[in-house]
Amino acid sequence: MCLSVPAKLISLSGDEPLTRTGKVSLGGVLKDISLAYVPEAQVGDYVLVHVGFALSVIDESEAQFVQEYLRQTQASLPILSETGGEAS
Amino acid sequence: MTLKYMDEYRSAELCNQYVECIATIASRPWKIMEACGGQTHSIVKYGIDQILPANITLVHGPGCPVCVTPMSTIDAAIDLAARPNLVLCTFGDMLRVPGSQQDLMAVKAQGGDVRIVYSPLDALKVARDNPQLEVVFFAVGFETTTPANAMAVFQAHQEGITNFSMLTSQVTVPPALRAILASPHHQINGFLAPGHVCTIAGYAEYEAIAREHGIPIVVTGFEPGDILQGLAMCILQLEQGRAVVENQYTRSVNREGNQAAQGMVNEVFTVTDKMWRGLGQINHSGMRIAKKYQVFDAELRFGLGPESDQENAGCISGLILQGIKKPIDCPQFGKNCRPERPLGATMVSSEGACAAYYRYRRQESAA
Repeated sequence: MCLSVPAKLISLSGDEPLTRTGKVSLGGVLKDISLAYVPEAQVGDYVLVHVGFALSVIDESEAQFVQEYLRQTQASLPILSETGGEAS
Repeated sequence: MTLKYMDEYRSAELCNQYVECIATIASRPWKIMEACGGQTHSIVKYGIDQILPANITLVHGPGCPVCVTPMSTIDAAIDLAARPNLVLCTFGDMLRVPGSQQDLMAVKAQGGDVRIVYSPLDALKVARDNPQLEVVFFAVGFETTTPANAMAVFQAHQEGITNFSMLTSQVTVPPALRAILASPHHQINGFLAPGHVCTIAGYAEYEAIAREHGIPIVVTGFEPGDILQGLAMCILQLEQGRAVVENQYTRSVNREGNQAAQGMVNEVFTVTDKMWRGLGQINHSGMRIAKKYQVFDAELRFGLGPESDQENAGCISGLILQGIKKPIDCPQFGKNCRPERPLGATMVSSEGACAAYYRYRRQESAA
């Protein structure tokens, strides 16, 4: 039920913060969603959509964290595998 | 066509490298619970638990709102749906959840006006368009969904809509994690916290749990790469003897969460003690409609009975929701209990562990 999917904001309508809506494409289907909880959202942003609401604007600058963390961890693996068990 | 913010976290190479990483880091056996049913679904769908090293065990948690809605609340929804001049709106996965006698699908087949909606705002529209009918939205959900429910009540209040109300079974994750940790039977070494719940609620509340119980908690997303990274972060903490909250799902979650959404939830709802199907009563774990908005509370409007913790005989979903048993441990699994004729709610929702095992693991368990 907490399923939320990323979708690109195609257009905005309304000025009132609580009733502002945006159009997103969900698998090719255009859908109007509430932007009440993402006042910062702009056209072109990717938002996480859940039951007709945008929950967050996806932070582009954090999008590569999964890959970056892997590289960092791989780089430190020789150290980690030696010291891993000792700390506790 | 590539799906931005999805495909890049599903690459086999990325996942295999994380599995290798985890194999190198993990020197001992660890049991990690993924709190959210969406994560359970991904884990079983992609077979993540089967490619991990043998010393890492994943335990499926209680984070399925459909599964933990008390049977007595399902019965209340069924009672409402059978009434004349009343429309019961709900999310699609509530229709097959077994009540004590029947499910909402059966009431609908008998002529009850049960409508599936995508959003709570769609239920409000049904009320707006049908002023001669009572319209009840059956609102189940965790922190991810309560802001949407809150907005529907708030808008009904603003617009003076009098034929709309809400039957709620809304729960919050941190009290459930505390309840699991309080059980003397638990064997959990670390948690993956639910990324979408934390998108709304933030993760400050989890810091006290990590500290008090000495247990690492990693806020984690839902794609296979996310889950494997969350596991790597959690296992690294365990190996190094650390127990803090870390955030894997940084592209959506920050510590404070979504404050606009929290503000609306706190305006419309208030914290309450709550019954969880399969788990029993958990104090301060629910959200009910606040006094100011109680005219929209279907429980009060229609004089519905209190929650109870009854369950169908033979269903072990309570033990499954606590991570004590797995679906394949249940003698009813795939036999007397199947998605089209479920004994318990964990076989219904796509986030229920039993439904995920039935969909992706049936042949193995039969073999």
